[in-house]
Amino acid sequence: MTLDRRNFIKLLGGASSLALAACAGTGGGLSGPTGGRRVVVVGGGYGGTIAAKYIRMMDSSIEVVLIERNDHFVSCPFSNLYIGGLMKDLSPLTIKYDKLTTNHGVKVLQAEVTGIDAAKKIVMTSSGEVTYDRLVLSPGIDFRTEEIKGYDAKSTPETIPHAWKAGPQTVLLRKQLEAMPAGGTVVLSIPLAPFRCPPGPYERTSMIAMFLKQHKPKSKIIVLDANPDIVSKAGLFKKGWKKHYEGIIDYRPAKKVTEVNAGKKMVTIEGIEDVKGDVINLIPPQRAGHIAVAAGLVGADKNWCPVNPTTFESTIHKGIHVIGDACVAGAMPKSGYSANSEAKACATNIVNTMNGKELVDFSGINTCYSFLSAKEAVEVTGVYKVDKAKNAIIAVPGSVGVSPDLSEIEAIYAESWLKNILTEMST
Amino acid sequence: MTMKWRGWALATGALAISAMAQAAPPTAAMLSNACAGCHGTNGGSAGPSMPSLAGQSKEAIVDAMKKFKSGARPATVMGRLAKGFSDADFVAMGEYFSKQKLHATNQTLDKAKIAKGASLQETNCGRCHIEDGKEGKDDTPAMASQWLPYLQIQMADYLSGKRKMPEKMEEKVKPMSKQDLDALLHFYASVK
Repeated sequence: MTLDRRNFIKLLGGASSLALAACAGTGGGLSGPTGGRRVVVVGGGYGGTIAAKYIRMMDSSIEVVLIERNDHFVSCPFSNLYIGGLMKDLSPLTIKYDKLTTNHGVKVLQAEVTGIDAAKKIVMTSSGEVTYDRLVLSPGIDFRTEEIKGYDAKSTPETIPHAWKAGPQTVLLRKQLEAMPAGGTVVLSIPLAPFRCPPGPYERTSMIAMFLKQHKPKSKIIVLDANPDIVSKAGLFKKGWKKHYEGIIDYRPAKKVTEVNAGKKMVTIEGIEDVKGDVINLIPPQRAGHIAVAAGLVGADKNWCPVNPTTFESTIHKGIHVIGDACVAGAMPKSGYSANSEAKACATNIVNTMNGKELVDFSGINTCYSFLSAKEAVEVTGVYKVDKAKNAIIAVPGSVGVSPDLSEIEAIYAESWLKNILTEMST
Repeated sequence: MTMKWRGWALATGALAISAMAQAAPPTAAMLSNACAGCHGTNGGSAGPSMPSLAGQSKEAIVDAMKKFKSGARPATVMGRLAKGFSDADFVAMGEYFSKQKLHATNQTLDKAKIAKGASLQETNCGRCHIEDGKEGKDDTPAMASQWLPYLQIQMADYLSGKRKMPEKMEEKVKPMSKQDLDALLHFYASVK
């Protein structure tokens, strides 16, 4: 879907003549009066789609504008299965936004957000300015590429994919694996935690190893992990690797990649140890999505956005809420399911605030599956709530844990997990 | 915080939400919405191995959650997740999902099996799975329009002994052939 100016005005003008007038007056955007009832959501992923939909479900008198640069979204969860060759394309992982408009009246604006004026409550976009009463940012992650010597943010990923945002990068990594000669070496570099999807790099390791075992005899994957050990589901990954990929996976903990040479297809660890690969999948260290950083929403660590654990409102700028990977959600991992739960609590408390009702404490869930082979998966789950004394989100004791073993039934449930969560986001 | 002050704060937007009154404990909707990532919006599942919770009775949901929590019912994620909630939470979630409209699924089913299942269900199952499985007696779960793969996974757990059948169900199920049971599941999946 391309959204030209006329369609944009038609789309936005449908519910409000004020909005239409504002569009005409300013040459684009939605900068007129909002009646105190407009929420703008930036980012159409696991968090943003849900926040937009649930605000409309809870109170259809609140205007919701979802701003997203792409006309579709590709899920990171399950994208490792595509890399491993278990999916022929990314279509099962791709959603569109049209039903959020037809079913819930969410106004979708395909535009690039260029800036946020927190004092004036304006979002600047490539299609003009949009004013808001409350802003929800679900910008995901960007990369701290400046911490890797030789990494050019634009050109390096064209040959050394990160594939940590699903889409063209995911396709590039699979193509490189397919083109690699048998007996080749894949190098996977994992940054220090915290990063998006704690078990993700280890699922990727498994899926690449599976691909190599099937299609590239005598190849191996060297995993350079900046962390002292596997960050999530460690026992299960080690068990699965021993069971299926002995001799294929060379896992090396506490190996922090600090330099890359795209021409030589080489990475360097702490300036002293070079590792070469036929395919290099370098996942750089991460921070909140660029727009959140530019808006001054990151905390003392300069990477992630501190928020109120009940409302997900930024503790730095009033009226702006940050959800998903970009925010600091206490004990909750940076996962798609966490973003889904956070979005619903954020939506609830925005609607309650706008209607002068009492706030409601957060209660959320995380459920996160990882595939170890074509038919076996494992998961981690937890229930999360607010600890009033700590003013932070904590895990409810006893609720957090992992699968007892690799199993086929977990893989079957994982498939339905994907179906449900993507359906929730897109209908 | 007086209403007057709060009203002013809301009207002017002068206060961050966080500075406002103490928040209430999680409501039934807050608790239940978190389930929807796996069980679908308002408990209407789009995933064939996940049950819809929409239209289940409060009693059925409370019973299921208590059994997940104690380990009496086999589970993957649900055993751990149930430990994150209190009995009062279970009641709140049960009430919430019982008020949602039964979720009609579109699935490919065998017509002959549906017909056979229809003739078997009334005499064998209808006392507890009432209204063609749209409702359940006491804590009996609603079966109508559930996904066939979900029903088949549950039946396999019953037959293997992993999940314990209620006595009355066992009396009926034990003499039945696998074909009869499969036909019954097709029937319940087809009810809208």
